[in-house]
Amino acid sequence: MPKITYGGQSFECGEQSVLECLTAQGVSVPHSCGSGVCQTCKMQAVQGTVPVAAQAGLKPTLAAQNYFLACVCHPQEDIEIALPEQKIARIEAKISGIEYLNAEILGIRLKPAQPFSYRAGQFINFYKDEATSRCYSLASVPALDHDLLLNVRKMPGGHVSGWIAESLRAGDTVNISEASGDCFYVPGYAAQDILLIGTGSGLAPLYGIIRDALANGHTGRIKLYHGNYSAAGFYLVDELRKLERNHPNFTYVPCVSEQGAQAGYEQGMVHDVALRDNPSLSGWRVFLCGHSEMVKAAKRESYLSGAAIKDIYADPF
Amino acid sequence: MSLYTDIGGEAAVNAAVDIFYRKVLKDARISHFFAGVDMDQQAAKQKAFLTLAFGGPNKYSGADMRRGHAHLVAKGLNDSHFDAVMENIGATLTELNVPANLIAQAAAIAESTRKDVLGK
Repeated sequence: MPKITYGGQSFECGEQSVLECLTAQGVSVPHSCGSGVCQTCKMQAVQGTVPVAAQAGLKPTLAAQNYFLACVCHPQEDIEIALPEQKIARIEAKISGIEYLNAEILGIRLKPAQPFSYRAGQFINFYKDEATSRCYSLASVPALDHDLLLNVRKMPGGHVSGWIAESLRAGDTVNISEASGDCFYVPGYAAQDILLIGTGSGLAPLYGIIRDALANGHTGRIKLYHGNYSAAGFYLVDELRKLERNHPNFTYVPCVSEQGAQAGYEQGMVHDVALRDNPSLSGWRVFLCGHSEMVKAAKRESYLSGAAIKDIYADPF
Repeated sequence: MSLYTDIGGEAAVNAAVDIFYRKVLKDARISHFFAGVDMDQQAAKQKAFLTLAFGGPNKYSGADMRRGHAHLVAKGLNDSHFDAVMENIGATLTELNVPANLIAQAAAIAESTRKDVLGK
C-alpha cells in the first residue's frame, strides 16, 4: 500500500484520494470542487511520481514541476508531497560578477555552493537579511550558462536593490532560495509560434526562455517585444541582435513609450505594439514579464486575440 | 450513455472553456463582472461550471453557487446577465458543432442553477 509523506508524517491512503486522506488526518488543504476541475487543491510531489490522471488539466509548466490535484490523486507508489508555498530552502551563492548593463540595471552572476536545479525563466528570492528579500528572475539557461544570471533594476530607495548596488562586490557570499515560478519553456510543439512581451528588467526571464527554446531546437517563430520608456532603458541589445542573426526564426522589436518617433524603435506601449503586429494569436504560446499592469492587460488581450489560457505564461513584477 | 459522454467528456469541456470564457469577456453586457479577476482561476471556475452543465462529475451544491455569486448579486447581477451567459453557452456549443438536442440538455442543466446563482 503506497504511503504519502507530508510535513514529516506518513499516512496510508487506502482507497482514499490524497485530499481525503490528508483531511481525515486533520491536515488542512484548500479545496473546492472535489473532482479535479477547479485546481484549488493543487499540491506538489517533492519525491516520487504521481499518476498522470492527477495532473489532467494542469498547465504543462506545473505538471513539469510535479504539481498535481490532491482530490483526484490515488498514488501508485510512495510519494512525499507539499503545499505549493512550502519547500523554500536557502542556499549560499558566491557573486562571481557584478556590472551595470545600462544606467540602472545590474547584471549579477552567481555561483551556488551546491547543485542548483532550475528552469530558464524561473525566479529566486535574494535575501538581504532574515526579514528582507526580493524576487529576481533568472536570465540564465542551465544547459548554456555556468553561473546564474540576474538582472536587477536599481529602484529609487530600494532596500534590496540599493544594498546590492552599493555594498555587494564580486567574491561576496549571499543567500538565495531555490528557484520557483511557472513561467518557462517546456520542450514540445517545436513549430508553435511564441510571442514574448517584457518591460524593463522583465527582459531577464524572457532572455532565458528564448535561448532555452532555441537550444531545444524550437522551429516556430519566436518574437520578442521589449518595452521601455526611453531608448536609455534597453540592454542585452548586442546579444539579442546576435541571436537574430544566428536564428532566422527569432525577431527582436524594441519599443519606446515616450512620445516622438525614434529611428530603430517602435513607438507605443509594448503590448499595444505586439498585439497590433500579431492580431491573431490562436495557437501561439505567450510569455509576459514585467510591469504588473502591462502583464495584466497583455494577458487579457492575448487571450481575447485567440491564445488559449493554458498557453499564456505571466510573471508580473 | 450520459450527456457528458455524448458531448465528448473532458476534452469537450477543455475545448469549450476557452471559447466560452472569451465570448463572456467580449460580451459588454457581462464583461464588467470579470474586471480584475485572475484569469487562470476564473477559467478553472468556468471549466467547473461547464462540466456541471455537460452533466459531468462535480460536487457543486446550490449553496456553493449562492455563496460564489453573492458578491456579484450585490453588484447588480440579474436575470438579463444570466440570459447573456446562457446565450454564450449555446453559441459556444454551436461553434463546436455539438448536436442541437445535446445543447438543449446542457442548457437545461445550466438553467437549473439560475435561482441559486441569482440568490433568489
